[in-house]
Formats: sequence, C-alpha cells, structure tokens
Amino acid sequence: MSMQQTLPLPGVAPERTGGYRRDHLLVAEMVRPGSRVLDVGCGDGELLQLLESRGIDGRGIELSREGVNGCVAKGLAVVQGDADTDLVNYPDDAFDYVILSQTLQATRQPKVVLENLLRIGQRAIVSFPNFGFWKMRLQLLIGGHMPRTENLPASWYDTSNIHFCTIKDFVELCEQINVKMERAVALDLYGRPVPLNLPWWVWNMFGEQGVFLLSRGGKGK
Amino acid sequence: MSNVRPIPSPQTQSDDRAHEADHPSSLVAKFGMDQPLKLDCGVDLAPFQIAYQTYGELNAERSNAILICHALTGDQHVNNIHPVTGKPGWWDTMVGAGKPIDPDKYFIICSNVIGGCMGSTGPASLNPANGKVWGLDFPIITIPDMVRAQAMLIDRLGITTLFCVVGGSMGGMQVLQWTAAYPERVFSTLAIACSTRHSAQNIAFHELGRQAVMADPDWRGGRYVDEDTHPHRGLAVARMAAHITYLSDAALHRKFGRRMQDRELPTFSFDADFQVESYLRYQGSSFVERFDANSYLYLTRAMDYFDIAADHNGVLAKAFAGIKTRFCVVSFTSDWLFPTSESRALVHALNASSARVSFAEIETDRGHDAFLLDVPEFLEISRAFLLAAGKARGLKDGGQS
Repeated sequence: MSMQQTLPLPGVAPERTGGYRRDHLLVAEMVRPGSRVLDVGCGDGELLQLLESRGIDGRGIELSREGVNGCVAKGLAVVQGDADTDLVNYPDDAFDYVILSQTLQATRQPKVVLENLLRIGQRAIVSFPNFGFWKMRLQLLIGGHMPRTENLPASWYDTSNIHFCTIKDFVELCEQINVKMERAVALDLYGRPVPLNLPWWVWNMFGEQGVFLLSRGGKGK
Repeated sequence: MSNVRPIPSPQTQSDDRAHEADHPSSLVAKFGMDQPLKLDCGVDLAPFQIAYQTYGELNAERSNAILICHALTGDQHVNNIHPVTGKPGWWDTMVGAGKPIDPDKYFIICSNVIGGCMGSTGPASLNPANGKVWGLDFPIITIPDMVRAQAMLIDRLGITTLFCVVGGSMGGMQVLQWTAAYPERVFSTLAIACSTRHSAQNIAFHELGRQAVMADPDWRGGRYVDEDTHPHRGLAVARMAAHITYLSDAALHRKFGRRMQDRELPTFSFDADFQVESYLRYQGSSFVERFDANSYLYLTRAMDYFDIAADHNGVLAKAFAGIKTRFCVVSFTSDWLFPTSESRALVHALNASSARVSFAEIETDRGHDAFLLDVPEFLEISRAFLLAAGKARGLKDGGQS
C-alpha cells in the first residue's frame, strides 16, 4: 500500500482491536455519534469506515489517487486534494470535527492548516509523530544524524515529512494561535496511551505520537 | 496547386440521415399536443418525440435504471452497431457485459437529446406545421430543456428514481442539471470531464465552429435540405477544429509527431503531407456523414448557454442545497477543454452544500476524449463507485443478477 510510504503508521506493528488500529479507535472515541466529520489525509479510508460504522457522517480528502480509489470502492465520499491548498475552499463551520491524522508534519504550512481545521470544524483532532520521543533524541545526540525510526524510515533527503515537531512545540503553537486543548493523549511505541497523570515532559519524552482534541478559543493546559 | 483536394462529399446520402431524424432505428417515445415540452426560450414544443435505446432489464423494484447522457456529437447508440456508420457503440469501453455499466446488472437508458439529429425532435426533423424540415425555425434549446425531455421519457418508462445518471462533457452538463432540477429522482451521479458552466474559451471554440458552418455557401441560411445541398465542408472544418480541442499536445505528438502521410518528402503543396492533417480531414469528412449541420449549431448553442449558478442567483452551492444524491466527479489531467479546475469548482460547491461527493483526477495524456477511451484507472473508479452506490441502493451485487 503506497500510503505507508508517505503517511507513517503509528506503533511498531500497529496494534489492532477488533480489526481497527488503536489510534483510530482512540480518535473515533473522541467523536460524538451522529456528527459530521472531515478526515484530511484519509488514506484508504480505514478511519472513515470505522466512523461511518458508528453512525457518523464522514467525508475525506486524500492526495493519492490510489487512496481515493480505495475509498470510493468502500462507498466513502472522498475528494482528491491537498491539505495545504484545498482546505481554504471549505466553508466555515461545515463540520463538527476535522481530523488530521499523521499528516500535519507533511504539510507546507502547518500553522495555516491548523487554523483552517478549526475554521471548517467546531473541533479538530490532530495526531502527529513526536520528534521529542526518546529514540529520536538519542539518535541525534549519540548517533549525530537525523533520526529514523521503524515508523519514520525515510532519509532526510527523501522524506515527505518536512515539518516535524515535538509534543511541546505543538502545545506552544496551540497556545500561540489561541486553540483550546480539550483532550490530549500521548501514545507509546505500541499505540498504548502514556498514563494520564504524568507531566508534559514525560509525554514529550515517551510519547511516540500525540493525539489532540482541539477547539476554538481559550487557553490550553 | 493540382495536389489540393477538397474535403470529399459525404458518402452516405443525406436522405439516409434525414430518414433517421424522423424514423430512427430506435425505440421512440412520442409526446402529443397535450404534452408539450416547455422550453427555456418560452416555446411549448408539441408534438415532439424522443428516440432512445435500452439495454438490460428493469428489476421488479424499478431501482436499477441508469440514464446515460450523450455528449455533443454522440447519440443513443451507446452499445450497439450504429445504424448510419455501421460502427460499434460510442461507449463500449464503459458499457457492456463485464464493463462498469453492465446490462446484466442495470437497466440502461440512453436517449438522443432534444435538438439532436438521430430521431429526437430537432432542426433536422419535419415541422408538422408545414411538412418541411425545421431548420432554423426550430426553437433554441438548452441543457435544462434536454433534461426536461429526458424526465418526461423516464416518467413514460414508469421510473421514479434513477439509480445513476452518467455522462461526460455535454453529457456531464446534463448529469449536473438532473441533480439541480430533480435531486430526489437521482440516487447517484457520475459526472465526467464537465463543468457547471461553459467557459469563454469554449464558447469561442463553438462560435468558430458555427461560423465555419454558416460560411459554407451550401448552408443556404440553414435551408440546405429544401435546396438539396449540404454544408459538408463547413461542418467538416467545424469538426476538425473541435476535434483538436478533444485531444492534447502530448497525445497528438505521440500519435502523429511530424510524420509524413504515405510519402517521404514534402510535396511543397497544401496537400495533407502530415499524418495529423490526414487524420483531421478524415475526422471531418466522416463526421458529416452522420451529423446534421443545423443540429450542430443548436447543440453547441445549448452548451454555451449552460450556467447552473446563473439559475441560482449566481451561487452554485444553492443549486445543490440539501441534496442527498451521491456524486462522483472525474476529470483528466490533460483535458484543457474541461480542465480539472472546473471540476474542482463543482466539488467545492458540493462540499459547501454538504453533498456526498467523491472526486478523482485521472492521470492521462489523452485529453478531453479520455472518457471515451480505454483508460483503466477511470474505468476502475467508475466501477468502484457504481458497485458501492449499488450496495447503498440495496441492489444485489450492485445489480439484479
């Protein structure tokens, strides 16, 4: 599946529960039943299919035509497009939730994209690989080269991920553009949530990816 | 310049074509004086007839009907030998056993558009008022008029809701008009290489074609049938110009390059030295065998007038407000007649209307005509969309079989 080359899958071998990826189940759990959802960078539509099975009205945007084809074959409504250029064409408040799963780091203007997510949707759910993860830090500190992991195997010169950030960076961006963090979960290398009551620096060290439920206005954690 | 050969006269006698215009080798739905077609120009057209072909069978629930809308120079002969040209149906890549639109699964309908020349009432038909060919006395028709006539045919066939309305180019315009005019009667649509309004460039190309027809002295102000002539040179030139717009620079280069036609060296004349010239002349001369010149004027005009947003206070999204129809919009990378940007504008409007829309841009160098050709990725997504929609419609295996 070509999607795996451009959109890294979380977890060494993404753990599945009932046939679904754990991070997808986590995202699905954040979405209220009966709501309208836009999945930006929806790949072959696995998450959208999970959401629709729960009575959620889903739409998708996907860059690759293979992905779009797979979605259409599943009966999903998916538009071939690019998060950087096409989100501006969606009207305000068109969706209850806009999901950006493992795609933020591949956008040209993450800040603009994030602002668009919360213009189009009442809420946004964003997940991204955490560059503050201890394995990443160790590679740069000890190895002296750009980190590569099982989930992010591309070399610096051929990766599509051009805007890596850490959980801490992302939290700061949210504060800067006045985005409220309603829920934050860090997942470890196996897609398991890092215990809730630990401080940010632990998440930033041991979270392999961050999953955030965001809404407009107010100050974050 | 002894080598210059004019475009040949059509081999088919215009009598054959004229016969098809009133007595088509197709099914015909006749509508009497009591059932006029209310045209946008204000005329009530009555009586009139619609020529159509069907393939496959309507299921007991009447839920598996697909309406195919043909393009500018197409007709109802989608998947059978053409009665005038003797060639296979114009969409046998898409329609047929084992193809995405399979007569074993669906009840397939295709009608000649109103204004056409293959059996539906148009300028080539006889005007019952005086027993002469309509010619330019025929009222101006629009894309909404074509769709209104199709809706009357669908009523006649006892079908309330179409499973899918499918079409490319002018056919795609009809598809979109169906969803704007009769959203509750269309379960799904496949709109290919089309737009919600004709662009200035496209109107310009159509005007070029019309002027070529009218500049032919044999056109006789549209009364060529009465005067026993046919503006085949003008119509052929119109077709040649239009045909270029259906292709792409890359496709022309790949197919012909600068290769010579049956010769090594240039003849230093205006003969068709290049293969591409020879090909275009063939396209022009074969077209005039099967198509009526006035009909070409009327149908190009209908496309020019098409602008869905204009009928909804300039806001395209209003045309699709609250629509439940499933849309699949497809464009082709090398199509410069109906470029992807036009399809995207449609998709944005559908998004703004919360419509259930999928969109894919197919990578091909074959230009606008790609929708008529064997482009596997395009056929693949069409098949996938219809099967998934069929499932949602409750069709068994996407159809009755």
